[in-house]
Amino acid sequence: MIFTLKNTFTEIGSATLFAKQFFKEVFIPPYEAKEFLKQCYVIGYKSLPLVAITGFIMGLVLTLQSRPTLVKFGAESWLPGMVALSLIREIAPVITALICAGKISSGIGAELGSMKVTEQIDAMEVSAINPYNYLVVTRILACTIMVPILVIFADAIGIIGGYVGINIHGDVNFYRYLTQILQSLEFLDLIPATIKTFFFGFFIGMIGCFKGFNASNGTESVGKAANSAVVTASLTIFILDMVAVQITDLFF
Amino acid sequence: MIKEKENTEPKKTKEKSKTPIIQIKDLHKTFGVDNEVLKGVNLTVNQGEDLVILGRSGSGKSVTIKCIVGLIVPDKGEIKVFDEDVLNLTKPELNEIRVRIGFLFQSGALYDSMSVRENLAFTLKKHKRELTAEEVENEVIEALDNVGLSDAIDKMPSELSGGMQKRIGLARTLILKPEIILYDEPTTGLDTITSREISELILDIKHKRKTTSIIITHDMACAKLTADRIMVLKDGVIHAEGTYEELEKDEDEWVRSFFE
Repeated sequence: MIFTLKNTFTEIGSATLFAKQFFKEVFIPPYEAKEFLKQCYVIGYKSLPLVAITGFIMGLVLTLQSRPTLVKFGAESWLPGMVALSLIREIAPVITALICAGKISSGIGAELGSMKVTEQIDAMEVSAINPYNYLVVTRILACTIMVPILVIFADAIGIIGGYVGINIHGDVNFYRYLTQILQSLEFLDLIPATIKTFFFGFFIGMIGCFKGFNASNGTESVGKAANSAVVTASLTIFILDMVAVQITDLFF
Repeated sequence: MIKEKENTEPKKTKEKSKTPIIQIKDLHKTFGVDNEVLKGVNLTVNQGEDLVILGRSGSGKSVTIKCIVGLIVPDKGEIKVFDEDVLNLTKPELNEIRVRIGFLFQSGALYDSMSVRENLAFTLKKHKRELTAEEVENEVIEALDNVGLSDAIDKMPSELSGGMQKRIGLARTLILKPEIILYDEPTTGLDTITSREISELILDIKHKRKTTSIIITHDMACAKLTADRIMVLKDGVIHAEGTYEELEKDEDEWVRSFFE
């Protein structure tokens, strides 16, 4: 028990130093723009189908599940606003971040873990190329920027899913549906929800890189790095969300 | 042929008048709590010399050369490369030294997300930003020609055989025109013919580029072909030193066993 606790705190300490190095190196040239754009493509563009499908299903299911209760209270007209608010403030950011943790964090963990085990990271180091700058900074930065974009995309697709859900039982035109959503949304609903997605993105990238970069030798450790990246990133997302909701509650 | 006791400097069989390029003194490295791999390694490599290090698996051969390039930080000792104290250099200073040292990894360590062309161009572009795309391409082709693999330029590492991967790894090492090359088991896992080809390539590079090398190997054919001098590592110290012919007739049965 004490040994596990010690390991956990050691890991948190190492991860903090790893993250600190990111803030140190992100501003120092050379800037790996090409690799950064490549990572944006891999992390962002290639995740679009997955995020679109889950976003649509989230909106549709949320509408279908909420409708009977609202109908019971005669508040069916609140459905579009309620669905949009739930999606934008909580469900889309968390679910999308969890999907990204599964897809991106594990992918980065496995990729860097495999590079570590096959000495590719060492090869960069001995060629006087900074592997942290080339591999880690680009990936963390790409995650920090692309995850919020994916969340906004999931919000939009989720709202379309909600529209489909409403029209299964009724006949609401899209303009009216959208008007109701916009009337119930405030600008302040978007700000905290968007800010927290940057943190989600940062931690998804950072944890994936940390686990991969610190994989010990042996192919088994690649699987462990990928698995550990998903578990840690998912848990971190929930913790961050809890903190974000508390802060939002205090200020908004 | 000379042998030594633990932690003592081995006597030299042939005193070379050349300039020492790599000097290691009393190198110690322990992994974990009590896994002491290096217990006081002392060695000197002179300019233009090919030094082969022999030893059983786990005897610390790879650790020694990884300490030279700063991949592993030793617990104690002194490493001088080009007269610079590697262990007391800042990161940028160490990188300046690293550019002058090529390192061939046991596995080749090719970047598997990049094609052969990208693998070679990557290193070059990072260090010679002034080169045009055409100049980079020419350098890549020349480096591949040197290892006889210009046809593989568009292949991915996964499409290459073990021997080809090592040759491409060597081409990538050579593209920066290093003055020192450290070979970590260059022929391990290869068939006899390919091993000989790699060994001949090492010899060819030495003659053409006047490089200084340390070659870690278990392959005695490779050692015989490439070594100017051989050091045998045992229990974390240099146990014996001499030319191939000298060590082959050594009075120590353990040393002779490498040559049988």
